[in-house]
Amino acid sequence: MDVFTKTYPAPPYDKEEIFRYAGIKGDAREFTGLAEECLGEAEGKLSFRVCYARFPVSVRGDSVDLAFAAPRSSALAKNLAGCAFAYVFAATVGIGIDRMIAKYAVLSPAKAVMFQAIGAERIESLCNAFCGDLAREEGCALKPRFSPGYGDLPLALQKDIFRALRCEKNIALTLNESLLMSPSKSVTAIVGFAGKTAAL
Amino acid sequence: MIVKEYLKDHILYLDGGMGTLLQSCGTAAGELPERSNITRFETVAAIHQRYFEAGSNVVCTNTFGANCLKFSDAELEEIVARAFAAAKIARERCGGENRWIALDIGPTGRMLKPYGDLDFEDAVSVFSRTVKLGVKYGADLIFIETMSDSYETKAALLAAKENCDLPVFVSNAYGEDGKLMTGASPQAMVALLEGMGADAVGVNCSFGPKKLAAVAEEYVRLASVPVLLKPNAGLPRPSENGTVYDVDCGAFAAEVRALAEKGVRILGGCCGTTPEYIAALVKATEHIRPQPVVPKRETVISSYARAVEFGGAPVLIGERINPTGKKRFKEALRAGDVDYILKEGVAQQEKGVSVLDVNVGLPEIDERAMLETAVCELQAVTDLPLQIDTSDLSAMESALRRYNGKAMINSVNGKEESMAGVFPLVKKYGGVVVALTLDENGIPDRAEGRVKIAEKILRRAADYGIGEKDIVFDPLALTVSADKNAAAETLRAVELLARRGLKTSLGVSNVSFGLPHRDVVNGIFFTLALQAGLSAAIMNPYSEEMMKAFYAYNALIGRDDDCSAYIAFAAKLPERAQTAPPAAAEAEEYKSELQKAVIKGLKERAAALTKALAAEGDPLEIIRGEIIPALDVVGAGFENKTVYLPQLLMSAEAAKAAFEEIKAAMPEAKAAEKCRFVIATVKGDIHDIGKNIVKLLLENYGFAVTDLGKDVPSEKIAETAVALRAPIVGLSALMTTTVPAMEETIKRLRKDAPWCKVVVGGAVLTEEYAKMIGADKYAKDAMETVRYAEEIDASLHLRG
Repeated sequence: MDVFTKTYPAPPYDKEEIFRYAGIKGDAREFTGLAEECLGEAEGKLSFRVCYARFPVSVRGDSVDLAFAAPRSSALAKNLAGCAFAYVFAATVGIGIDRMIAKYAVLSPAKAVMFQAIGAERIESLCNAFCGDLAREEGCALKPRFSPGYGDLPLALQKDIFRALRCEKNIALTLNESLLMSPSKSVTAIVGFAGKTAAL
Repeated sequence: MIVKEYLKDHILYLDGGMGTLLQSCGTAAGELPERSNITRFETVAAIHQRYFEAGSNVVCTNTFGANCLKFSDAELEEIVARAFAAAKIARERCGGENRWIALDIGPTGRMLKPYGDLDFEDAVSVFSRTVKLGVKYGADLIFIETMSDSYETKAALLAAKENCDLPVFVSNAYGEDGKLMTGASPQAMVALLEGMGADAVGVNCSFGPKKLAAVAEEYVRLASVPVLLKPNAGLPRPSENGTVYDVDCGAFAAEVRALAEKGVRILGGCCGTTPEYIAALVKATEHIRPQPVVPKRETVISSYARAVEFGGAPVLIGERINPTGKKRFKEALRAGDVDYILKEGVAQQEKGVSVLDVNVGLPEIDERAMLETAVCELQAVTDLPLQIDTSDLSAMESALRRYNGKAMINSVNGKEESMAGVFPLVKKYGGVVVALTLDENGIPDRAEGRVKIAEKILRRAADYGIGEKDIVFDPLALTVSADKNAAAETLRAVELLARRGLKTSLGVSNVSFGLPHRDVVNGIFFTLALQAGLSAAIMNPYSEEMMKAFYAYNALIGRDDDCSAYIAFAAKLPERAQTAPPAAAEAEEYKSELQKAVIKGLKERAAALTKALAAEGDPLEIIRGEIIPALDVVGAGFENKTVYLPQLLMSAEAAKAAFEEIKAAMPEAKAAEKCRFVIATVKGDIHDIGKNIVKLLLENYGFAVTDLGKDVPSEKIAETAVALRAPIVGLSALMTTTVPAMEETIKRLRKDAPWCKVVVGGAVLTEEYAKMIGADKYAKDAMETVRYAEEIDASLHLRG
């Protein structure tokens, strides 16, 4: 399985998402200042990196053959039904945001919450940008991305993904003993493609 | 010939990619490539042979990920043994002259604390195990490569140095921004690695040679040891003929040659390169006369991110992390309140210092443990290099070990005992040491005497292999009120040392001891010392006169383009006339100005108002009558969902700033009025933002909070609950995988501290889950925890 890497420029911010992640549901005007301050401070401290591979998929009952692993998961089986191939990817916005969250956890929890929200929005935006590119390149629709831990897909699949994508070497993303990722604002996921046959 | 000898007059060729070739020979997706040493031994040997035949002097064993986190002890040994057997067979087949085998060591695959879960010392042990095996099976050198974290790089280099005498080459993987993933600049890495005695340093992986050129050239400019370059064949991309790398071997060889001509001395390839690339590279560069490696004279210290150089603009070293003469600081140290130290560090950074002195010595505390904690936690919140300040050698060593960079060390002096204790540590861990010009006979009165001691220190340092670039001399500022010539002699000593090209530092404020308006004297003395050539000052960045002297001096001698630094500094100076507090009318909808400040989350204002009130009335009354009611307004708003989390926290921070003023006004009083609350994030979980929020609010409401941090084992939580006889323990977990650790902690608490109530919270918990694992209470947010803690506290009072 060949693994590729991509580095993105910063995707445009979705401020409403940031406020939503920060738990601000209504009028956010009062927080614009705080958000701007944090965004300014985060500027240049994030990186947007993805590594990924394409592989053929076959689904039989609850067991899904992903070429690099064969987990049992009815939810993933349902998600990948009808797909002949899929991508697995790992994306991260880097350790910079973790540093800011840690720093402000001590100095200003309000800012820590804001950075937490910014990190969540950033990694989502990166995943969206990446999946958008895949859809364009493949010229067909993609299934909603599916991560270990969703539904009944075991979190332990993280280990297989890390091994297959060599995340540490490719994008400096690591997996710790309790299967958490460091840097923390990172995502691994499988994206199925419908409507085209595997041409690998 | 040994490899270091050969390197003196030759370009040394390394090999190219291993993983790429193994894969093209059919490694399955997800299979660990190191197992090929056992399963496909002949293939591995053949790849090494092809590299030797292509012209590589050094092949790296197929042991990139061979460590005890990934393999059992038995399998690890077999992998390393077979890896060396394969490389040796290849060497025998080609003839052994000028051909060496390097033990290849890549990252562990785990992130070190505090951002991951691998302890620094555990990382050192993991690498040590592999190094010992490499030595056992015949390594000629150690090649540490593709490291993207400076801290892990340090762990690997330390393991190599502690377990063998072989040459160690260290290579890092840089990102597109020219920095390591964890933030280090090339200058910071060169300082760290050379300080610890790496025999060659350099860059590999990531990109093709062109994209790594800037970093490689920076290495050549900075390093006093040979520089290595092992780039990828560009980046892989899919094509009709399968995956291809976008730099072909002709272009690769030409691009690397350009860098060899600029002084890179050790060449090879990484991902996507093959024996053909190495053959082309050798052909393109073998005619080049290797550039001599020139020793550099710069005095540099570093943090995980940045380097600070001495000898240009004067370096300000913040002196405030030091308990001497500070009541509040001592109290914080005794209480183990590390947050206090962290805030002091960040505040000094904001004032403009470039280095933080860290001194946490108090007779009644365990200085070694405290210094280690302070250093580890400080480097999580600030990117400034630290100056380790202690006279306790064991504390100095443990702090240097854990320090993520090349530290400044305070201090050594001309006494034989001091030099024999400190210099070995400087040599082993790297560092720039402050050398005080005193010895067994005390401090010489005259400048010449101090210079003589400096010379003695230099000679002794040289015996340990420490050069003058790693020493900064402190010719000692003495009190001018005790001896009218004291300041003049010190200034003369600075000048004499500077004239010889040596770096100097002074603890400036000593000079004014016993005089009124000390700030004035300090500021002028500092200016004179700068003029005499002072390289650095340990000083108080809150002293306006000192900062004025610093910025004005830099502007006056042409070190401040357009005077922009001075202008930015001057803009922050307070106006002469203090502005009166705004009219009371503004506070109409609030009960008072202070309550408004807390509710609105205005930190500085809340602190200023509290300070004024505390000077007049009963500080405790301010808490009861002003701060708590204001917090209640915000807390109720949060519960009714009219106030959001960031607002709640801004208020809490403002309240905390107010409390600090109250504590300062009445340091003798008990800081907390309510019961003890022990709080921790459970074992395996490294998220602590939720826990910190709860802690902040609990402190606001007067609880005595003991914060054990994150990733805390159940035994430690139970021990603390018992030792403090804590009525409440709060546990946080964010991951489903760490909820079992929470359950185990509760079980242990039930057994060891049956009186204790346990409240749990965190993203994955629910009411039912909490019940299932035996908690007394599930709190959905920080306010609910406070309410519950208040209930428990009230019930304690009822029972008397």
